[in-house]
Amino acid sequence: MELRHDAVIVGAGLAGLRAAVELTGKADIAVVSKVFPTRSHSGAAQGGIGASLGNEGEDRWEWHMFDTVKGSDFLGDQDAIEIMVRDAPRAVIELEHMGVPFSRNEAGKIAQRAFGGHTRDFGKAPVKRACYASDRTGRVILDTLYEQCLKAGVRFYSECILVDFLLDSGRVAGLVLLELATGALHTISCKALMLATGGFGKVYKTTSNCFSNTGDALSLALGKGLPLQDMEFVQFHPTGIVGLGILISEAARGEGGVLRNRTGERFMERYAPVIKDLAPRDIVSRSILREVLEGRGIDGKDFVHLDLTHLGEKAITEKLWEIASFARIYAGVDPVREPIPVQPTCHYMMGGIPTDADGRVLRDAAGTPVPGLFAAGECACVSVHGANRLGCNSLLDLVVFGRRAGKAMAAWLEAEGKEWPGPAKGDEEAKETIRQLLAADGPERVPRIRAEMQDVMMQHASVFREEKGLRLVLAALKDLEERYRRIGLSVRDRRFNSELIEAIECGHMLRLARAIAESALSRRESRGAHYREDFPKRDDENFLAHTLAFLEGDGSFRLEKKPVRITRFQPVERKY
Amino acid sequence: MERLFRIYRFDPAKDSAPRYQEYRVEAAPTDRILDCLNRIRWEQDPSLSYRMSCAHGVCGSDGMRIDGVCALACQRLVRDYGKDPIVVEPLPNFRVVKDLVVDLDPFFEKYRSVKPYLLPAGREPELERLQSPQERAVFDEAIRCILCACCTAACPVTSQNGAFVGPAALLRAFRYLFDSRDSAAADRMASLDSPDGAGGCKSHGKCTEVCPKEIDVRKAIGRTKKRIFDAKRLGT
Repeated sequence: MELRHDAVIVGAGLAGLRAAVELTGKADIAVVSKVFPTRSHSGAAQGGIGASLGNEGEDRWEWHMFDTVKGSDFLGDQDAIEIMVRDAPRAVIELEHMGVPFSRNEAGKIAQRAFGGHTRDFGKAPVKRACYASDRTGRVILDTLYEQCLKAGVRFYSECILVDFLLDSGRVAGLVLLELATGALHTISCKALMLATGGFGKVYKTTSNCFSNTGDALSLALGKGLPLQDMEFVQFHPTGIVGLGILISEAARGEGGVLRNRTGERFMERYAPVIKDLAPRDIVSRSILREVLEGRGIDGKDFVHLDLTHLGEKAITEKLWEIASFARIYAGVDPVREPIPVQPTCHYMMGGIPTDADGRVLRDAAGTPVPGLFAAGECACVSVHGANRLGCNSLLDLVVFGRRAGKAMAAWLEAEGKEWPGPAKGDEEAKETIRQLLAADGPERVPRIRAEMQDVMMQHASVFREEKGLRLVLAALKDLEERYRRIGLSVRDRRFNSELIEAIECGHMLRLARAIAESALSRRESRGAHYREDFPKRDDENFLAHTLAFLEGDGSFRLEKKPVRITRFQPVERKY
Repeated sequence: MERLFRIYRFDPAKDSAPRYQEYRVEAAPTDRILDCLNRIRWEQDPSLSYRMSCAHGVCGSDGMRIDGVCALACQRLVRDYGKDPIVVEPLPNFRVVKDLVVDLDPFFEKYRSVKPYLLPAGREPELERLQSPQERAVFDEAIRCILCACCTAACPVTSQNGAFVGPAALLRAFRYLFDSRDSAAADRMASLDSPDGAGGCKSHGKCTEVCPKEIDVRKAIGRTKKRIFDAKRLGT
């Protein structure tokens, strides 16, 4: 049976679902998800969604824009940032109207809290800008958008893996899915395809990301000659629970929590004298690791303390219930009485598939769109986050650009008309890949290859980088990719075959890891989350530009630069 | 130290009956049960099937029965289980698809049946609808629900009556019924007022006992029942 939809959205997180809501009633659409939609990783977002509502004191979109540009270390495209922050209040009010159960202030309005890097009056003092629902903001927005899709009768393909997407003469033609339950491959024809597959933190050993965040769609894009932008910018969130990397929201510091080293010193006062613990994540993560390197980690080890004990039981229970439960379960500490042991954890990818502000995927530095192909959210790079994303700007990015992509897809479908070119062709390669994997009988094992990749990326391509380490990473990845070609799988049955899925994912992650390392090696400066010990200064003269990484036919990467769009704020030294 | 796991295995397409398979796993006391399952799958037996994703109790994928109690495998640690073997089984009250994977379609069907979305009256205001912190607090606990199905799997009424809508769906119904912004209370109560709806709940409280997010599900259902009762008594 031929499967056909006007538009298919891959990914059921906030970006994908917001686009789906936009398209309902306008086109025949379907949403594909690796997991059941409400399991999507947007649901793990805790702290809030940024908007200058001004419910807790004066705020302006211009301040939000300045903070975002400065937070991005001046690499964010300012036209896109302006679109996002100006649309933010509308986007949040719209979510409230859909039913999102935001926490409320005494006036009955949406409650707002302080967040890292968000200030009033162009950096003078912290401002309360993050609209929140306790510490489950992402989860309740995910639930609400999913429920809006249910109400509208959106078609979902749950627990399906994107094996390939199909371009015909450079235009979108369809996609190939692997249905987890049956192992069957389905080819779906479509005129518009949106990639909204989220991040790929699983490239690293310590991460707040879920198992599904493996970046399959980005790797597939590389394989089709499309570039990935700014892959060197990987956000390490400062406060992951030690060892596991489970996220303790920045809301903990927004509500007044502080970081302390082994002497009990509130060390962020030294690194960011004005906004201290509410400095942006790149700066806080580096500061924590500096403390550790200089022997001031707790007991001389590789973590510090996040101290919430002065907040009181009531505030913790009401505003930080979820993270308090994480601390109790996974760290064995009660944050009401004891500090939480934390260390940086891979959290967010600033880089991704380059798009314009309407979600159109761009194939080159000149901005040529790929007809019918759209992307939004963490898998995309608009770029509003530049070299470092501010907390609570991610959920905002998802709903603002998810909606815009939805609108652009509707317009695209309108322009395309009702004609169908016939069933999508070109699914043979995907089918052959699956056949080969199921028959693979080599000596190498995927879990081992994956673990070695995660280790080496963590060691040499995380918060601190230098040329020697990055060359080590590239050599190790070359070796791992060769070993990957000799893997063996033991389960031949297609149904619920997680060995097969993880083999597919591992192949994608190896490619993405190399894109990160190659891009990081080429950027001989320090900017935002990308810190080179051998080039510790920002170098605007040579590197105030986006990186585009293309995968060549011989397997090597070709890197190009793309100009940053600067409108209102000229680059200045970034101090907090 | 080494721990012994006894895991339910069943492939309805091949096996005539379920069986249990034992695995020895090197595990630290602070390892999650999910870490141990992953270790089994990655190092010993890749054919073992289960669902997982976030691994920290947020997505709701890895509900299963561990030593007889419905729980999330990523939220339970090895040290929570004193003696070997640690028995891992699929969630009860659902059809087993393979090993620890169950068919959750009926679960989500019932969740959909309670109209889990806001049905407000009138035109949308220009800004947000106002809601006091007190009004919001009524359902603050209920919105912790992650639809993991542990409550419904543990529910004795569900095990007797497959048509019963179940605690998770009733909790979601409560969340909207008691949201001051919603205006479909009368319709919501009418559709819940049946032996397969809120009336089916016999307050066993298993739902509350097992909820990984510590939600007092029984209490929420009780409040729903009382509101339906009061509305009928008052004839409104």
